[in-house]
Amino acid sequence: MTALLAGGPVIPSFGHGSSCELNNGWLCTEWLHGHWGDTLQPALIQHLELSAIAIGIGFVLAFALALVGFRARVLDPPIGVAADFLYTIPSLALFQLLVPITGLTRTTVEIALVSYTLLILYRNMIEGLRGVPADAIESARGSGFTRTQTFLRVELPLALPAIFAGLRIATVSTVSIATVAAFVIPEGLGRPIFIALEQDVFKTEILSAGALAVALALCADALLVLLQRVLTPWSRLERRA
Amino acid sequence: MPGQAAELVFDEATKQYAGRPEPAVDRLSLTVPAGEICVLVGPSGGGKTTALKLVNRLIALTSGDIRIDGRSILVQDVTALRRGIGYVIQQVGLFPHMTVEANIGTVPRLYGRPRSWIRARSQELLELVGLDPSYAKRYPAQLSGGERQRVGLARALAADPPLMLMDEPFGAIDPIVRARLQDEFLRLQQEVRKTVVFVTHDVDEAIKVGDRIAILRQGGRLAQYDTPEAILEQPADEFVAQFVGADRALKALALRTLDQLELRPVADGPRAPATTTLRDALSLLMTEHAESLVVLDGDGRALGSLTRDDLLR
Repeated sequence: MTALLAGGPVIPSFGHGSSCELNNGWLCTEWLHGHWGDTLQPALIQHLELSAIAIGIGFVLAFALALVGFRARVLDPPIGVAADFLYTIPSLALFQLLVPITGLTRTTVEIALVSYTLLILYRNMIEGLRGVPADAIESARGSGFTRTQTFLRVELPLALPAIFAGLRIATVSTVSIATVAAFVIPEGLGRPIFIALEQDVFKTEILSAGALAVALALCADALLVLLQRVLTPWSRLERRA
Repeated sequence: MPGQAAELVFDEATKQYAGRPEPAVDRLSLTVPAGEICVLVGPSGGGKTTALKLVNRLIALTSGDIRIDGRSILVQDVTALRRGIGYVIQQVGLFPHMTVEANIGTVPRLYGRPRSWIRARSQELLELVGLDPSYAKRYPAQLSGGERQRVGLARALAADPPLMLMDEPFGAIDPIVRARLQDEFLRLQQEVRKTVVFVTHDVDEAIKVGDRIAILRQGGRLAQYDTPEAILEQPADEFVAQFVGADRALKALALRTLDQLELRPVADGPRAPATTTLRDALSLLMTEHAESLVVLDGDGRALGSLTRDDLLR
């Protein structure tokens, strides 16, 4: 059956395929087999790209801002408020605002996604850096560390658990929000969901794309947990102590 | 890297914070001879911690000078100065994200010492401060308070600095462990012979660990600088007498041991080793209702006797 659709646009075979598909079943394995290659897999990869780019840029940007806000305390409140403000704009509204400027492009999507990561990443970085025990900093300075050495060898490593906590929340929420990208560009796991909605709500496609988004978020989160264990082996001991 | 011990001179050292009526440290002048422990003691507000932090320039001098082996701290690069001074604080300040070995290697690493050198040095220092070398791979969260302070001491000693600054190092530790750490610190000092500036608010600790004691009063003024014996026996003024306590005569007894006295021929009485303090010996006479005691040498042989009056003379 699926051969009939090969090469064609990604249209759900709702109404054309197996009895499961004809009856709009919740999980039609025939459809999954037939459309993994042309629908779900590309969407998943695009989704991963959209999220990874947003988190990457968001992380670098938030880190730069956190360096400024940490060193110059007076600048922390304005940066925080700006990040707060960006976070409160509904994503659909932000797309509306951006499309006239950046068009129906990936750029539009990334600007929106990055804006949503900033608040969580920035706040956690600042909290992490501020939370470094004063006695550790005093003994670093007293031992003859320069300011840069104190930052790189003491403050930054000790802020890592808080930074990771922020990174995990930002990652999960970005993977989730990235489905909305399909409003602007035909990419990501939001794309099959929107198409299925247009096609009289084809359940298998909505369910499978949604499940992939959840799985992606969970896998990314698990990877971050693992990475944190490798980078901060001491932090679990601290909590137990 | 540094080594040996250095003479430390405070020369009219003054710290005046802007907007405060009186200075935190007021024209402090004193000399700590190389290899001696100088305890800064006094009530809070006496500026003892400020005086300590002036030395490694964590606090900047307002006027006056401080010299280490004749060299002003003001002409030295501040990070180089600090690397040459061991620093121990009450909260220990171990780096929680580093193993004990990495903590101890803090300053040697700044000097560019290779990893193998640091490993060997930390094993050596762990042993010196009375910890099993297996502690090297542990993290600070896996240590007790007393163990952390020992690691803090090992870290301060790692680069063999000629001068150590210790800011209430045993202040946060329970009394029993504190007494043991004090004893071990004194034993350690016999071995390493550093010049040490030691801050405490506890007079008994000052008397126990200090070769010399500097008593600071409100406004950061030096009330008296002398040996523990001299301060207990001849307090410079009412403030010092009150600060060291009404029991200063008893404290003075605790500073001397039986072997420092001239013995009489062996007579009857309870027996005490020659290393017993006069205070403990007196207590022994009182509990035994005796008039004299027999002093023993290390092998338990009677050396002679002492009467109650001998002890109190």
